[in-house]
Amino acid sequence: MDKDEYKKLVKQLTPKENKGKNAIIAFLVGGAIGVIAEGIANLLVHCFAIAKTESYLWTCLIVIFVASLFTALGFFDNWVSKTKAGLILPTTGFAHSVTSAGLDYKRDGLITGIGANLFKLAGSVILYGIIGAFFFSILGVIIYG
Amino acid sequence: MIYLNAFLFAGIACLLAQLILDNTKLTPGHVTSLFTVLGAFFGFLGLYDKFISFAGGGATTIISNFGYVLYKGAYLGFQEQGILGIFTGLLTKGSCAIVGAVVFSFVLVLLFKPKD
Repeated sequence: MDKDEYKKLVKQLTPKENKGKNAIIAFLVGGAIGVIAEGIANLLVHCFAIAKTESYLWTCLIVIFVASLFTALGFFDNWVSKTKAGLILPTTGFAHSVTSAGLDYKRDGLITGIGANLFKLAGSVILYGIIGAFFFSILGVIIYG
Repeated sequence: MIYLNAFLFAGIACLLAQLILDNTKLTPGHVTSLFTVLGAFFGFLGLYDKFISFAGGGATTIISNFGYVLYKGAYLGFQEQGILGIFTGLLTKGSCAIVGAVVFSFVLVLLFKPKD
């Protein structure tokens, strides 16, 4: 079997995903997360009389905690694979990747397992976030002063 | 009204992410990194502030917000301390998400057993 035949075979056997359905699910789930976050933030403002900007930070923490907890309890992986980008793009995806990496490598111990691998997946977000923010902030300082 | 905006903003961001995932070979790691850098970029353009006042929780919950707060921390750091401020300020606002994720994950990982 030559390369082209092999490629064809792979293409045939790869399960076809329904892209339209995936996109709609991602839209609905992502939107729902946005609404829930706004709801939590508003609730915090009304119940505890904290500033709106602070309420978003509390909301961020709550979302991270819930996503981590659900990952640790074991059913969040399933949710993420079903809802695709809907749960990956919000902060839930960040928390999920940190907790699931920690769980996956727990058996390798505290240092070489959890310590070395906790940011295996989320590390790139932090790395490129810092690099991007660093250079954009220099640009911003040059342009806006 | 802000709830509708939050729904639309977060929804459309996730929709775009899903379209990238389905139509390219990029992995979720690529897409989240891309959106983080885009968040810093929109922060630089001054648009992300507007996204947040428009969509509230919809804009602060997606990962782009992380890039935006890093940019904001660095920019405000410069206003206070100059070049040094970029280094000392960059992580100040993003600290919440990083420390939250580390602390919660670590405690939960110790408490729970992985499912095979």
